[in-house]
Amino acid sequence: MQSSLLFGNLTLDAIPFHNPIVMGAVGGGAAVGFLLFCFITYKKLWGYLWDEWFTSVDHKRIGIMYIIVAVVMMLRGFADAMMMRTHQAIAMGASAGYLPAEHYNQIFSAHGTIMIIFVAMPFFIGLMNYVVPLQIGARDVAYPFLNSVSFWLTVASALLMMVSLGIGDFSQAGWTGYPPLTGKEVSPGVGVDYWIWGIQLGGVGTLVTGINFFVTILRMRAPGMSMMKIPVFTWTILITTVLIMLSFPVLTVTLALLTLDRYLDFHFFTNALGGNQMMFINLFWIWGHPEVYIVVLPAFGIFSEVVSTFSHKRLFGYASMVYASIAIAFLSFVVWLHHFFTMGAGANVNAFFGIATMIIAIPTGLKIFNWLFTMYRGRIEFKTPMLWSLGFIVTFSIGGMTGVLLSVPGADFVLHNSEFLVAHFHNMLIPGALFGYFAGYSYWFPKMTGFRLDEKWGVRAFWSWIAGFYLAFMPLYALGFMGMPRRMDHYDNPAWQPYLIVAVLGTFLVAFGIFCQVVQLYVSFRDRKALVDKTGDPWGSHSLEWATTSPPPFYNFAQTPVVDSLDDFAYKKEHGIAYRAQAPFKEIHMPKNTGVGVVMGAITFVFGFAMIWYIWWLAIASLVAMIVAVIYRGSDDHTDYMLSAEEVARVESGESVTPSYNHASI
Amino acid sequence: MSSTTLTDHSESDHHSHDATENAAFGFWLYLMTDCILFASLFATYAVLYQNTASGPGGPEIFDLPYVFGETMFLLVSAFTNGVAMSFVYKKDRQKAVFWLIVTALLGLGFIVMEVHEFIHLIGEGNGPDRSGFLSAFFGLVGTHGAHVSIGLIWMAVMIGQLLIKGVTPKVSSRLIRLSLFWHFLDIVWVCLFTVVYFFGVA
Amino acid sequence: MKKHWILLSPLLFLSQIVSACEGGCQSGYWAIFSPVGPIAEAEKNLILTAFALMLLVVIPVIIMTFAFAWHYRASNTKATYAPKWDNSHAIEITVWVIPAIIVLILSVIVWRTTHALTPEKPLVSAVKPIEVEVVALDWKWLFIYPEQGVATVNELVLPVGTPINFKITSDTVMNSFFIPRLGGQIYAMAGMQNQLHLMANKEGVYQGRATQINGDGFSGMHFETKVTNSGEFDAWVQKSKTANVSLNRERLKELEQPTKNVAPMYFSQVEPQFFNAILQKYAPNNANCDPSGAPLPVKH
Repeated sequence: MQSSLLFGNLTLDAIPFHNPIVMGAVGGGAAVGFLLFCFITYKKLWGYLWDEWFTSVDHKRIGIMYIIVAVVMMLRGFADAMMMRTHQAIAMGASAGYLPAEHYNQIFSAHGTIMIIFVAMPFFIGLMNYVVPLQIGARDVAYPFLNSVSFWLTVASALLMMVSLGIGDFSQAGWTGYPPLTGKEVSPGVGVDYWIWGIQLGGVGTLVTGINFFVTILRMRAPGMSMMKIPVFTWTILITTVLIMLSFPVLTVTLALLTLDRYLDFHFFTNALGGNQMMFINLFWIWGHPEVYIVVLPAFGIFSEVVSTFSHKRLFGYASMVYASIAIAFLSFVVWLHHFFTMGAGANVNAFFGIATMIIAIPTGLKIFNWLFTMYRGRIEFKTPMLWSLGFIVTFSIGGMTGVLLSVPGADFVLHNSEFLVAHFHNMLIPGALFGYFAGYSYWFPKMTGFRLDEKWGVRAFWSWIAGFYLAFMPLYALGFMGMPRRMDHYDNPAWQPYLIVAVLGTFLVAFGIFCQVVQLYVSFRDRKALVDKTGDPWGSHSLEWATTSPPPFYNFAQTPVVDSLDDFAYKKEHGIAYRAQAPFKEIHMPKNTGVGVVMGAITFVFGFAMIWYIWWLAIASLVAMIVAVIYRGSDDHTDYMLSAEEVARVESGESVTPSYNHASI
Repeated sequence: MSSTTLTDHSESDHHSHDATENAAFGFWLYLMTDCILFASLFATYAVLYQNTASGPGGPEIFDLPYVFGETMFLLVSAFTNGVAMSFVYKKDRQKAVFWLIVTALLGLGFIVMEVHEFIHLIGEGNGPDRSGFLSAFFGLVGTHGAHVSIGLIWMAVMIGQLLIKGVTPKVSSRLIRLSLFWHFLDIVWVCLFTVVYFFGVA
Repeated sequence: MKKHWILLSPLLFLSQIVSACEGGCQSGYWAIFSPVGPIAEAEKNLILTAFALMLLVVIPVIIMTFAFAWHYRASNTKATYAPKWDNSHAIEITVWVIPAIIVLILSVIVWRTTHALTPEKPLVSAVKPIEVEVVALDWKWLFIYPEQGVATVNELVLPVGTPINFKITSDTVMNSFFIPRLGGQIYAMAGMQNQLHLMANKEGVYQGRATQINGDGFSGMHFETKVTNSGEFDAWVQKSKTANVSLNRERLKELEQPTKNVAPMYFSQVEPQFFNAILQKYAPNNANCDPSGAPLPVKH
């Protein structure tokens, strides 16, 4: 690689002009970006976006921005999926498909990384950001500024992922990046470095979010909300934050050690001079397994809320749901070896981890039964959120079954690294996590925007997604039994091809489902007056977030509610005390908006980019800039303001109010 | 606080006390995650410490008396940090600044000694690129040293804040978090000294 | 109605397996269900057993989902509506205990079969085993027959009914060695030796491959496993000895060059202790060789 002091290893060669697919994607993305830029400029919205959204420390705004990031990244991750499926459907025998191996390998690596780190994580973090403070009767999270920082760190890392498409290339070693394949000797280019810095920097944001919400839920609940009165979604989030705090530091170390190997010739994981590649795998999965529970537990919480609301019935077995979630979280730390039974750990170790993995099926199964018995003797409305939940229960059970199968080491020996495995984990993540987020999105959308989503397009989206899912992934189970490994860019066995063709059809169906979701958004916005949520409680729900207007005022509650019961809002509605006349208002202590989070995100992006391209002066400069930003913020004593009682009264009576603090500035 | 009226003094006291506690709790949680971080590095060290690649192992490169000297710097600095904090609680700005400067100098002494040790090893050809053992050693000890260095920068900033703003509730709150950080690093060093150096020469 | 065909899908799936075992087994299309050796056979039975046990939970769940959703739909005002009913000890106990019992049974199965099928355990047989040493390279497999003194690349020939003792390592990145119809896979890692014990009971040609992503040439890293009777096997060994190509360090350096879709190669002679030498290159306490085998400068 050519190298210069000013640009490090970055040269014009980094842009893949020779690759029409990539250039098409980059061109398309740039065009969309450009149109968006023009639109915002034309409507003179930059000031509004900066003041009200980018610099916001309001958990509701940050939540919505997270969800937007998740959706945008999902489009790219899904494009990767379509490319893989269409390629594999034709890359048999004499045909090499349309993607050379180096490109195909980057696609599956990007696909996995994007879907887990940049779709699943931001999606549930967005939902949790919006909902949790409202559910516990709080005005914001414990550390609103850090919340903004976490978000912008996520954006910075997502940007690095996007940039890797057009400048340089991405890792070819899968989203798991095992050394020595990801060592400097074998993968000397920037691809693995994009992967490392993308996940590393985003991971820091997530860790801070974990701490933030753990403290929020423990310390900022409304008076009267004891632990066993916490809404079930917030419970799952509380447990998830514990998982985050315990597992993400391990990821930080894992990636840091690989970084040291690559940048400074250390020997943690190298073949030569005493590295141990098995250590990476152990460390990676000690994080990696809890990570999948991190993305699935919040979805379980959403299902609990949704199934109970749309069955018009109390959640069955609230206490055991809580205990089951805690059991799942605990167990998630003692099963990691099931990701590499075939590494040769010996029978005792393999058997232990296999049994531990199966034990997790018990509390998980318990949750499924509790949802079923919530429906039992209820009055079920098949609104979109409920459809996603029903689809989840059936489909996830099948996936869970294949998981138990894989947890038997003797079975895993023939199924590891096969398409069976690919089918299994998609069978967990798509119905388990993604359907949960879709359910949450449809469920809380009216709260966020003031109008419901169009039902008809929601139903179409659901059926397309679920039919597409089955068509796309059931053949993969068969392919696993037929001996097909994962991550293949070409194969010679003609018997595999029909199954891969069916899988492509499934992918197209899912694409149509996504199309329906996009149309749904447009139609809902167009018909928002007809779909308006006047009461703040469009579904007849049971928790506190529904006791506010849709959307809530920026301070959430004019008066902090006093909680009497589990499902407090339902309780208050029943006892006729839900909508009390407002007592005299008091002033409210609120955090100011600030641009420092945005700046920190920008610095982080520059730092990551500089490290990837070996532009050392820029890396050092951005580190210094970050220290300066931290010191600046850490010396700022005027980060809050008081909202006067009179201003509260004006908002409550329907006037739109800009809070009377000095204009948001850095 | 800016602009509008506060209701009464006790409410703002209560509020800032709450804020201090909230900040300290969150910071303590961060320290627990840092614990996990160091635990992972210790685990890595345990796996790799025998992979000397025909190079030196612990007994060949660890100089226990030297490391004992380093340790004293750090341990005493933890003590002087405690002294500084006692003056912070008494709102005695001058003495707090003095003892913080002493703490920072002792911490700097620790870092200087550690950097010297590293430079010496690297000069001998026993840098982290020599073997898995040395990579793990430099990774673990170096991460601790990096944390201490960040602590020193933070300490310098806090000394500046004390001089400029005095012992205000917000400054005290930040100093509490800094001292939590400093004591935590001290504890990690005790583990490090024991596991790496002390057991390493045995 | 679309709901119905989703209900059918697990049945669809099951029926696929059944028909595969009839049609596909002959052609070996469903490799995992067409075992030709005792290990693969045991692993197949394990899969079917675990699957059946799990169906005991999954089928009732799916049925209950549809049944409850249908019966308790809002428009069915005749169904009992008990909005506050959120607890039942009987149900709680059942949904903890029954899955726990199934998991208990499975755990016993796991404990037993994991020990029985653990790859480093030699097979019990009256026939004397054959030693095969396997080295993963980019992107091909090197097979060394230390007792016969021959070696091949990308072709594995085995006598039928004979236990094979594989010793597996890598001279490159992490790989995974897999012959689906014979048994489970195991990772190939530099500096480390993994053992695998397999046996083929039926003559034929079976696919083997790498299953751990290892770079560009990954999908081409497959080989044929030819299981022949002992007479043909001996004849093959003799024929390989006429290849007049020997496997030594220079040859290894050539083989270490990355190549894809490699056609079978044969070596009539193997340097003694060749496999161990490759292992030693990466031994954690061996610093005196860099990966190419050249001695490192000694540092003072």
